Amino acid sequence: MSHLLFSEAEWDFPALDRAFKAIEHIALNDLKLDIYPNQIEVISSEQMLDAYSSLAMPLMYNHWSFGKLFAREEAMYRAGYSALAYEIVINSSPCISYLLEENTMTMQALVMAHAAFGHNHFFKNNYLFRQWTNAEGILDYLAFAKKYVAACEEKYGRDEVEAILDSAHALMDQGVFRYRRPPRPSRERTLEKMRARAQYEEESYNELWRTLPAGVEPPATTPTDDPEDDYSGDMKFPEENILYFLEKHSPSLRAWQRETLRIVRNLAQYFYPQKQTKVMNEGCASFVHHAIMNILYDRGMINEGSLLEFMHSHTSVVFQPEFDDKRYYGINPYALGFGMMTDIKRIATEPTDEDRDWFPAFAGNGDWVGVLKDAWANYRDESFIEQFLSPKLMRDFRFFSLFDKADDGAYKVSAIHNETGYRRVRQLLARQYDVSLNEPNIQVKSADLKGNRRLILEHKMHRSVPLDGKTRELVLAHVERLWGHDVGLSETDAN
Amino acid sequence: MTHFIDRRLNPKGKSLGNRQRFLRRARTQIREAVQKSLKDASVADIDKDRKVRISTKGTKEPRFRLDPKAGGEHDFVLPGNKQFTPGDEIKKPPSGDGGGRGKEAADFAEGDDEFEFTMTQDEVLDIFFEDLELPNLVRTTLKDTPNKVWKRAGITTAGSPTQINLIRTMRNAQGRRLALHRPKLKDVEELQAELDALEQNPEIDREKIAALKERIAKLNSKRKWVGFIDPVDVRFNSYTEQPVPTSQAVMFCLMDVSGSMGEREKDLAKRFYMLLHLFLKRRYKRVDIVFIRHTHDAQEVDEQEFFYSRQSGGTIVSTALDKMLEIQKERYATSDWNIYAAQASDGYTQSGDARRCVEMLNNDIMPLCQYYAYIEILDEREMEVFASEESGAELWRAYRTVADGWPNFATKRISKPADIFPVFRELFKKADVA
Repeated sequence: MSHLLFSEAEWDFPALDRAFKAIEHIALNDLKLDIYPNQIEVISSEQMLDAYSSLAMPLMYNHWSFGKLFAREEAMYRAGYSALAYEIVINSSPCISYLLEENTMTMQALVMAHAAFGHNHFFKNNYLFRQWTNAEGILDYLAFAKKYVAACEEKYGRDEVEAILDSAHALMDQGVFRYRRPPRPSRERTLEKMRARAQYEEESYNELWRTLPAGVEPPATTPTDDPEDDYSGDMKFPEENILYFLEKHSPSLRAWQRETLRIVRNLAQYFYPQKQTKVMNEGCASFVHHAIMNILYDRGMINEGSLLEFMHSHTSVVFQPEFDDKRYYGINPYALGFGMMTDIKRIATEPTDEDRDWFPAFAGNGDWVGVLKDAWANYRDESFIEQFLSPKLMRDFRFFSLFDKADDGAYKVSAIHNETGYRRVRQLLARQYDVSLNEPNIQVKSADLKGNRRLILEHKMHRSVPLDGKTRELVLAHVERLWGHDVGLSETDAN
Repeated sequence: MTHFIDRRLNPKGKSLGNRQRFLRRARTQIREAVQKSLKDASVADIDKDRKVRISTKGTKEPRFRLDPKAGGEHDFVLPGNKQFTPGDEIKKPPSGDGGGRGKEAADFAEGDDEFEFTMTQDEVLDIFFEDLELPNLVRTTLKDTPNKVWKRAGITTAGSPTQINLIRTMRNAQGRRLALHRPKLKDVEELQAELDALEQNPEIDREKIAALKERIAKLNSKRKWVGFIDPVDVRFNSYTEQPVPTSQAVMFCLMDVSGSMGEREKDLAKRFYMLLHLFLKRRYKRVDIVFIRHTHDAQEVDEQEFFYSRQSGGTIVSTALDKMLEIQKERYATSDWNIYAAQASDGYTQSGDARRCVEMLNNDIMPLCQYYAYIEILDEREMEVFASEESGAELWRAYRTVADGWPNFATKRISKPADIFPVFRELFKKADVA
């Protein structure tokens, strides 16, 4: 056992470095992962709470809601309701992972395998992240956003900025492009635009206007010719991205308010892929750390104590309480994701006849790394479950599906984990992870800019499920604030 | 080496800005919650961090949400089937708590209406003391107070040698030497060496020797009259005396502990004292407390005795005032101490004593005090009887006359814990708010 990476529970930087190199070796050679360069930061628990409360981003503009989140998290943490996450990882290039200083050395190794390789690989390779987020630009953009919001607070007052952010946050779920590719936020372009605007103001400044008696306004400056600022331009209906629509067409917003909406919208877009890949992302990271830690042990690089500590932590992370358990709080994405990926490995290496029937494409082909890498790259939760959930796993989880109609007094069990039910259960579970079906589908239907300026939103109901009445009114008030005029919302049955 | 960045030493409180924004946003709710939590808690705990539960009214973050309970139909998948087969029906729980979720889960999910977080002591107190200000905080006698400190007051040309400012002096000297071209010692020595060399063989160059000698003499004489340091160079640090406001306060707690003051009354009084103490602590570097209890005679006691021991006897309030004056003379000179006094009583005293109290207050005590608060503790029935400020027991009526003459004398009545905070706030209201 001469090549143990570490034997003490306490970590230090040389040990971290040794562990990182060993893990990197396994990740790149055994698992053939493809990753962004890593940047690993050690932080204290307070900083971890900080990071939590700013949407897990290293920098973020200021808003009270983040303070509220912090207060709540801190209270939960102090009361012992929730342990701190061992790590936070950010989809950026370089990929930033935070290690909590209180972790033991084993935990640090686990966390590095989990975040710096598992999540990192997923961020870099999954098609949703590749197509919809800009890992290289996000930190720069956030820095810009933070500065911009701070400058607005200075110039227009905290209350004004707060009001806009409140309203924008309320519409964050409706602030993403689901089907067409969003224009990329470019910090340079935005900065360039601001510079040009400031320069124009400087040039057109006329000393004479200062001598006018108070109350007399200088003649309005001619608007600059910027296609991005053409807010009254062609409106296209229907528009799924309400924030985008308001940013471009609201008759009552000022330029900085539009820019603020854009910031929130870009953030929403940035987080949208994460929403759709919770199971896969966590599954991928858990699978990778599990594989790496076991290989480390097999090669004698960690001792039994570390292995047991790792197993203890790992099993509690991938634990799935049953539905009637007091601890049940939905399906645990770690459990499902890890379960499915382990199962894929099993099917690829030791398939049963059932597996050969269900997964003829790869059952028994032995190349589990290839199958997994393909899945990680080309699926999201919904399609991944639809494609890869095996009967064995459904039996293991003892999945069953319920049908619920609002007026009925009882749920109906529609399918269970048996021969006739596998396909139905799998399909329904996949639907459950389809974000577009689980979030209300609200679009801008029309807007009358020439007449009463009424904005009409339409909620296309999926299977007649209406909006929650209370929040509906509250959010509509926010839409009205941004639009500046009457807003109506109709709910229609899509079917 | 891999990129490990140690962020642990980065400045803390990155989210402070967000927290302030949050506290500001939820100000109304937080204020209510703080007041409520302070009311119910024992005052001894006021000095700690405090859990506050606030409603999220005002800090709601609404989003559009689907509500499957209100209409329509949907399917969902759950893990952990034990006995169900297709076609079974499961009765919905009456509260509509879908999917058999445990209670805790529901608590978390619906926990949006209220939530609890911890506020630091400072944040709590800031809210509690929001618009309170101790009256006459700056000593009115600041002008004639002998309490002074020496403060640096620049540079002078005259002073005692111990206060000499070397840097300034040497800098001046150097400037003067440069301006007057004082010959350097090195130059003189070089010439001298040259001269010495020539004088080995005096015959060779007599003229040069003479010239050198003359030059050396000239340089030396110049060195003499352009001194290395001249009296005009010398500078001294200057100090002046400045009056400083007294930064320490003493708080006299006077209480009637005769039989008529029960546990309830003492408890109320205690809360008031604790608050006052806390308040003074935030304003002054050092706060002393003197506890004086009295029946028919007065004693200085420690806190434990003061609040918890019982004594029987009559009630003569003026003895406590005597004792206070005595202690003040002995230990707390007005030049060094801000004096605050708070007296709690149930309002009864021996007949005739009230007049003496008033005399003492008017003549001896009030001129010394920054503030004197008299709290009369009544039971609730009495509170109704004495609803008007004018009516009251002997002491109360007597003290009212003192209050007329001294703006820094206050009288208040309380009958239950909930009264203390409002009374306290009223007593120490900021002058401009009042």
